[in-house]
Amino acid sequence: MKDRMEKKGFFAKLRDGLTKTRNNITSRVDELVKYYREIDDDFFEELEETLIMADVGIHTTEEIMNYIRDKVREEKIGDVSRIKDLLKEKIISILEEGSRKPELAGPTVMLVVGVNGVGKTTTIGKLASRFCREGKQVIIAAADTFRAAAGEQLEIWSKRAGASIIRHKEGADPAAVVFDAIQSAKSKKADILLCDTAGRLHNKKNLMNELEKISRIIDREFPEAHKEVLLVVDATTGQNAIAQAAQFRESVGITGIALTKLDGTAKGGVVVAVKSRLNIPIYYIGVGEQEDDLHPFDPEDFASALFDS
Amino acid sequence: MAFESLADKLQSALKKLTGKGRLNEKDVKEAMREVRLALLEADVNFMVVRDLIKKITQRAVGSEIMESLTPGQQVIKIVNEELTALMGGTQSKVVMASKPPTILMLVGLQGSGKTTHAGKLANYFRKQGKNPLLVACDIYRPAAIKQLQVVGDKVDTPVFELGQEDPVHIVRKALEYAKENQHDMVLVDTAGRLHINEELMNELISIKSAVQPHEILLVVDAMTGQDAVNVAQAFNEQLGIDGLILTKLDGDTRGGAALSARAVTGKPVKFVGMGEKLDDLEVFHPDRMASRILGMGDVLTIIEKAQASIDLKKAEEMERKLRTQTFTLDDYLDQLEQIKSMGSMQDILAMIPGMNSSKLGGLKIDEKQIPRTQAIIQSMTPRERLNPSIINASRRKRIAAGSGTRIQDVNQLLKSYEELKRMMKQMTDMSKGKGRRGRMKFPFM
Repeated sequence: MKDRMEKKGFFAKLRDGLTKTRNNITSRVDELVKYYREIDDDFFEELEETLIMADVGIHTTEEIMNYIRDKVREEKIGDVSRIKDLLKEKIISILEEGSRKPELAGPTVMLVVGVNGVGKTTTIGKLASRFCREGKQVIIAAADTFRAAAGEQLEIWSKRAGASIIRHKEGADPAAVVFDAIQSAKSKKADILLCDTAGRLHNKKNLMNELEKISRIIDREFPEAHKEVLLVVDATTGQNAIAQAAQFRESVGITGIALTKLDGTAKGGVVVAVKSRLNIPIYYIGVGEQEDDLHPFDPEDFASALFDS
Repeated sequence: MAFESLADKLQSALKKLTGKGRLNEKDVKEAMREVRLALLEADVNFMVVRDLIKKITQRAVGSEIMESLTPGQQVIKIVNEELTALMGGTQSKVVMASKPPTILMLVGLQGSGKTTHAGKLANYFRKQGKNPLLVACDIYRPAAIKQLQVVGDKVDTPVFELGQEDPVHIVRKALEYAKENQHDMVLVDTAGRLHINEELMNELISIKSAVQPHEILLVVDAMTGQDAVNVAQAFNEQLGIDGLILTKLDGDTRGGAALSARAVTGKPVKFVGMGEKLDDLEVFHPDRMASRILGMGDVLTIIEKAQASIDLKKAEEMERKLRTQTFTLDDYLDQLEQIKSMGSMQDILAMIPGMNSSKLGGLKIDEKQIPRTQAIIQSMTPRERLNPSIINASRRKRIAAGSGTRIQDVNQLLKSYEELKRMMKQMTDMSKGKGRRGRMKFPFM
């Protein structure tokens, strides 16, 4: 199975990962286009439902629908098939507006945060492997000292990738792990320090405080490094992802999102909502379980893969 | 993210209708738009929402408005009842096999919390006097076995593992081991998967046919979006599930996924995970989930908690004392005890409708304060407790020393006691003067 996966090219994988989403949105849109000859209220309503089913969320769906309604009125569009292009255009523009990419020149600390079970540790493993392949020197701080065996899991990933890892005992102070990792990164002149953190629900005040402390330590001990804070979001997550992003941003200032598990049946439409409402760019997408199944996010590709069959 | 509660929205949308005798079609249609938005915002699956709205509309149109309710409340009442019905009437338990061991198999997507909940279930059944065995069948995720071992250690339950062997082989051997060692429950932790992965799904099917589990429980993350339906359907159709475990419900998600999964599979939610600790597992209450999805807080839970821990007789006595102004420090102590037995103040406040986590953010309740206050009062003599006005400087010094606090703390306590007394006096005066007080209304009644 592994061999088969590795032979596939990058775009094939991306497309595979997004096939479900695309099928879901486009086949329904195609269906609608066939079914309705005129653009009327029922048509808009059905279109709205299609977006909601993809987890785009009611607010962003309304934003998109208003845009399309206005366009249809302004340009007197009578052709239902034009709607698909409009949808794509709008989604690209939401995703592209004010977007940025992670800055990785010079020493960088990447703090990886998120709620439980979204795939933080796996994402770190994939990131480490990616950066190592690019010839960078990578250090991983195993600051998830809470979940049983999180350190072991990360150790296995770090070996696969060829990165060094700083670990303490289970139950140790995560801030201390990060502190040690920073010292190590400084003395080894590492290019990238990846900090894993324990999954935490964003409404747990004390756990968010713990995260703030880690973030403060990075600022204080490693001011010369560029800091990125990556929020990992599971593509199966519904509207709660917006609350997650808002809360984590308030605590530690999210700079980008990694959207994981896009290879399932989940549509990942919630990123559009997060981008639209909070203007947090998406950095990476995870489309599989292998080391190289993490890709930089590209709005154009994403939307194209979403709509072109 | 603060959501305006559906109850508030409906109330304001239907405010102008107060006094009308029946709900007409137009009113209901307007209300249903709000209900629809609220359900979708809560991640209830779109198809499920559509069916539900249809049902509710049918019931609501022409229904007589109860005398005590506003039209908005009437609509909420119907919505709440329908949601509860859809959630599945009463809670259902795990049925024990007539011939042990009872075999439970946990399945679910990656990261939904299977391993943690295997541990929580082991803990739960241990407390009921069972002797469970955990079986590690997740041979793919790095360190998954180790995680189960650590969890098993914490709940004092042995873990059966054979490393990266074939899971079917592992589970067969585990069953033999359980029988030899008098384990009357076997909890099988399986590898997480994306359900499109047929290879892994087939593995689950072989495990199932190898050991014939009595129940297969699907572990679902409460934060799942519209996809919850596909997940539940796929597992149910290909594997056949007997119930659901809803995890991470201690977050601020509305948890519409529960409703969706329940609606498409027809299988009950049996447990909910409410935290990271291994005893944070609760039996599911459909009615409470319904109010949560609607954003009405967990009013029922708070009422029940209060009823369970407040002694009615004591409450009556307290009321008499309040009225007659003989509320002493002893009574204050009593009250603190009762508050303490209701659980964490933060938990209780969080259950009140409109008190979502963001509003609570700024309000930090110092729980350590309660035992400190108790210590201070307990360091007073009975006479001092009855008549705090005799507490002079030297008595204060003695009380502080006796309770291990500072004199300022004693002063603080006496001050807040006086304030409380004054407040109570005002309240009793008010109710005496103005006669009948307004009826207390809960938004859902």
